[in-house]
Amino acid sequence: MKVYLLCLGLFCIGLYCILRKRNIIKIILGFIIAEYAVNLFFILAAYRMEGRSPIFAPDAKIVNMVDALPQALVLTAIAIGLANVALLISIALRIYDKYGTFDITKIRELRG
Amino acid sequence: MKLFVDIIPLFVAVPMAGAFLIALVARKIKWLPALITNIITIGLVFVSFFAVKLINIHKVLVYDVGAWKPPMGIGMVLDGFTVFMLTTVNLAAFFVAIYSINYVERFTSKWKFYTLFLFMIAGANGVVITGDIFNLFVFLEIASIASCSLIAFGTEKHDLEAAFKYAVMSGVGSLFILLSIVLLYSYTSTLNMADISNVLAQKGPNNIILMISALLIMGFGLKAGLVPFHGCLPDAYTSAPAPVSAMLAGAITKSLGLYAIFRIFYNVIGMNQALSSIFMFFGALSMIVGVILAIGQWDFKRLLAYHSISQMGYIVMGIGLGTPLGILGGLFHLFNHSVFKTLLFLNSGSIEYATGKRDLQKMGGLSEQMPVTSGTCLAASMAISGIPPFNGFWSKFIIIIAAVQAGRYGYAFLAVLASILTLASFTKVMKYAFFGKLKDGANSVKEAPFLIKLSMTSLAVICITGGILLAPGVYEHFLKEAVDVILEGTKYSSVVLQAVLK
Repeated sequence: MKVYLLCLGLFCIGLYCILRKRNIIKIILGFIIAEYAVNLFFILAAYRMEGRSPIFAPDAKIVNMVDALPQALVLTAIAIGLANVALLISIALRIYDKYGTFDITKIRELRG
Repeated sequence: MKLFVDIIPLFVAVPMAGAFLIALVARKIKWLPALITNIITIGLVFVSFFAVKLINIHKVLVYDVGAWKPPMGIGMVLDGFTVFMLTTVNLAAFFVAIYSINYVERFTSKWKFYTLFLFMIAGANGVVITGDIFNLFVFLEIASIASCSLIAFGTEKHDLEAAFKYAVMSGVGSLFILLSIVLLYSYTSTLNMADISNVLAQKGPNNIILMISALLIMGFGLKAGLVPFHGCLPDAYTSAPAPVSAMLAGAITKSLGLYAIFRIFYNVIGMNQALSSIFMFFGALSMIVGVILAIGQWDFKRLLAYHSISQMGYIVMGIGLGTPLGILGGLFHLFNHSVFKTLLFLNSGSIEYATGKRDLQKMGGLSEQMPVTSGTCLAASMAISGIPPFNGFWSKFIIIIAAVQAGRYGYAFLAVLASILTLASFTKVMKYAFFGKLKDGANSVKEAPFLIKLSMTSLAVICITGGILLAPGVYEHFLKEAVDVILEGTKYSSVVLQAVLK
């Protein structure tokens, strides 16, 4: 149970970073932290106490294995997260080119 | 029976293949990307019409990806609601693709636009067609990453700022959705939507469902831009190139946000009174807040963006009512909104193409210079404000009647009020943009090129004749199938699981 709560804590730290920080890079870092928290939670949800790796051998019984599916899914989720972060960072670089700052309070031309 | 089931993956495979093909050949042959995109989008429209016909006969078709049978493998499900959304999305995509040929001339690397555009269509179609909840997440991300990059396509200051906001907001939305998928998986041990519904029905109610529902509403609300979560949408719609705003408003927010939310809540988790009240509340809130914020805007595209939020409110309220009439009104409004909001964004793009302006106060008297834009914009404005022969009237009318029938007089009143305010703000658009005196230096303004006119005129014709979808003989083939799928609720699971066995 404690690990799940830690995961939740990590997620909240990420959300806090996204909502409260002013620096674009810190917002991106917050996004990455929140994303890792979700991925970690996915892996933990698949873990079984005293489980073994899910490899099927002719003499092995199918008991006590950890769930293998989430591990495959998390790989996909990590790849998607990478694409998201790469996009965010490339936009951040372009923003720095145009505005000369990473401070979001100074990058506020759109409002209303 | 299984003869035509192979068309199902085409909705995803063809645009994706086209995107990669464009990326390969574009450097050699400059005119090819536009041609490929247009051939693919028109092909998808015809395949969607064919799918509508197919669903009239078979009701539900399931395609097993990689020949693994669902619920173990990934299934693609084609049913009434799916073909309804596919037709809406691909019709919008087709007209936007025609429009883009002329509009994209101003950008330097055109082929990148077409590649991302096709990825966006592939993602939107994928979300609609898949029967697997993790696969839905993957397609959702394909579509939202492609649309983020398209918003930043101009790489001007505002574009980048809006794209960053949109990327962060939709990324957070995706995280919420992923978290809810994790919880759903750990509770039910399956990812197939029909199977999840089955397992949930066997296990009975549990508090975890409440948590999952809350996360899903937050996640898809961020994607759809309902009012408490609408922060990034006006900026994104304002800054993006006009075809992209049209696609975002007409197809992406609908398939990513609304379709997913209603598919999951009606067919997988199961609807109840509390959820219905929540949807109606969010719907009415979006409707009123959106239109009130829209009235004061002077930027044409920002005004349209707030109206988009407001009209999404109508759809959510209609479908959230849960009565057959309400669902019919909501779905019909979804289709209509896709048509007229695409048209309005294309109009704004056409004005920007001709004059380079977005500010309504700096326009004026354009109706003489740009008769086609002015006429189609008038048609779309009348459709969105609900003037009788146009399509928007019928759907709003049905939603209001449904709210009255269900005894929700307050919501019916709010819907009428929002409609009147919409009329007021579009009167303002017509007055300032098209009527009145010509501004200095606007004498040399020319009407937009032929393909832009063609696309806008065709959409205007759909706006005028859209009401025909309610006529007996047409209604049964298109709208009724979609309404039936939503109404059958969690019976969806047994219908789909039986279709797998056939």
